[in-house]
Amino acid sequence: MNDKPKIILGLIVFVAVFTFPFWYNHLSASAPPKVELTEKAKAAKVCVAEKEFMRREHMQILDQWRDTVVREGKTIYTDENGKEYVASLSNTCMDCHSNKAEFCDKCHTYTSTDPYCWDCHRYPEEKK
Amino acid sequence: MNVNYLSSLAAVIILGLIAYAGAQSGGFYQVLFGIFIPYLAVLVFILGFINRVMDWAKSPVPFRIPSTCGQQQSMEWIKQSKIDNPSTFIGVVIRMFLEIVLFRSLFRNSRVEIRGDRLSYKWVIWLWLFAIMFHYSFLAVVIRHLRFFTEPVPFFIPLIEKVDGILQVGLPIYYISGLTLLAGATLLLLRRVLIPKINYISQAADYFPLFLIIGIAFTGIMMRYFTKVDVVRIKEMTMGLVTLHPGIPEGPIGGLFYVHLFFVSILVAYIPFSKLMHMGGVFLSPTRNLANNSRAKRHINPWNYPVKVHTYEEYEDDFREKMIEAGLPVEKE
Repeated sequence: MNDKPKIILGLIVFVAVFTFPFWYNHLSASAPPKVELTEKAKAAKVCVAEKEFMRREHMQILDQWRDTVVREGKTIYTDENGKEYVASLSNTCMDCHSNKAEFCDKCHTYTSTDPYCWDCHRYPEEKK
Repeated sequence: MNVNYLSSLAAVIILGLIAYAGAQSGGFYQVLFGIFIPYLAVLVFILGFINRVMDWAKSPVPFRIPSTCGQQQSMEWIKQSKIDNPSTFIGVVIRMFLEIVLFRSLFRNSRVEIRGDRLSYKWVIWLWLFAIMFHYSFLAVVIRHLRFFTEPVPFFIPLIEKVDGILQVGLPIYYISGLTLLAGATLLLLRRVLIPKINYISQAADYFPLFLIIGIAFTGIMMRYFTKVDVVRIKEMTMGLVTLHPGIPEGPIGGLFYVHLFFVSILVAYIPFSKLMHMGGVFLSPTRNLANNSRAKRHINPWNYPVKVHTYEEYEDDFREKMIEAGLPVEKE
């Protein structure tokens, strides 16, 4: 019994499936997104935490804010330097970062992240 | 305590520490662990896998040797078990499909015990349950990871992410498959460690991949939910790898990422040389993929050569006179 043709066909399927990322992208990648700050954000200089921390952990702060505001009724967040902020995505974060498409969506789309923030929250109309 | 699993555990911990130390010392070592080793691992995986399968393809399978689990095809009035004892190609396809997708042979797992003064067989589902949990979690995790290797991300990845994150717990959203993968691998490990009979037949080669996969799942879960890494920079790096424009992005990524990547590289490169080849082997197991039609169809061994025979008639022709002299009976006078 000679099954070699069938086995070779199987191997071709194997290689095609397991090299998917190599051929799907046609060997070219678009440049990674760069976060764009609004004038207001640039002027403010500081966020609720330092930049590298915010890059990695902003979602956890928002999750924490949701819990403290909704479940414990504490609406004030105090940062490491003792500065106080109203814990609110729409009113505090998006006051400076009003450019949702440029500031939030770019990286979220790039990394296939679909946060359900805006299932409930409104975001400010973008000013062009 | 057992040297087989302690040595495997030690190996995985040392490998993790090496990668972590490498990531911390930066420069050349980041290129080594972030670019050189992953490429080498993929190459070894693909070529090693093809080599192993072609080696199997060369092995002759002259006879039908299916392990059957039901009534074979017989007289018309005897009901055949068409999937468990297939006699047609379609039957084999269905049997193979169910084996690969549902692990039916593990489902039949049983335990032999002596209870009082009699022998008893008990159906034991745990191996099947842990295995199916582990394999499907791993599949979901692997598919989810394609989000780092594709741009734009194809439709089926967000779809799986939605289903996997259906609980909507925490941020980043908790994925069910991550924890079930870790749990599945841990339970399979505990099975080998805690059950004496299975412990007795377990080798370092059984423990090592389990520890490695536990290490991969653990570092992955740590990165997503606890210590955090910079996902955008990671994607920049992984996209560089798959588009053959490798580079180490500027700015910190996190040492744990290099440990995760190194573990995955080792696992992938280890597959062709280990039991993990069951990934390809399940398709090629002759006890599953052959139809049981030995009685309906004659299978001639392909390397049979013409055998010289000397029949009894010829023998008698040679010695007839001597046989008659000696008083032996002959067929022809």
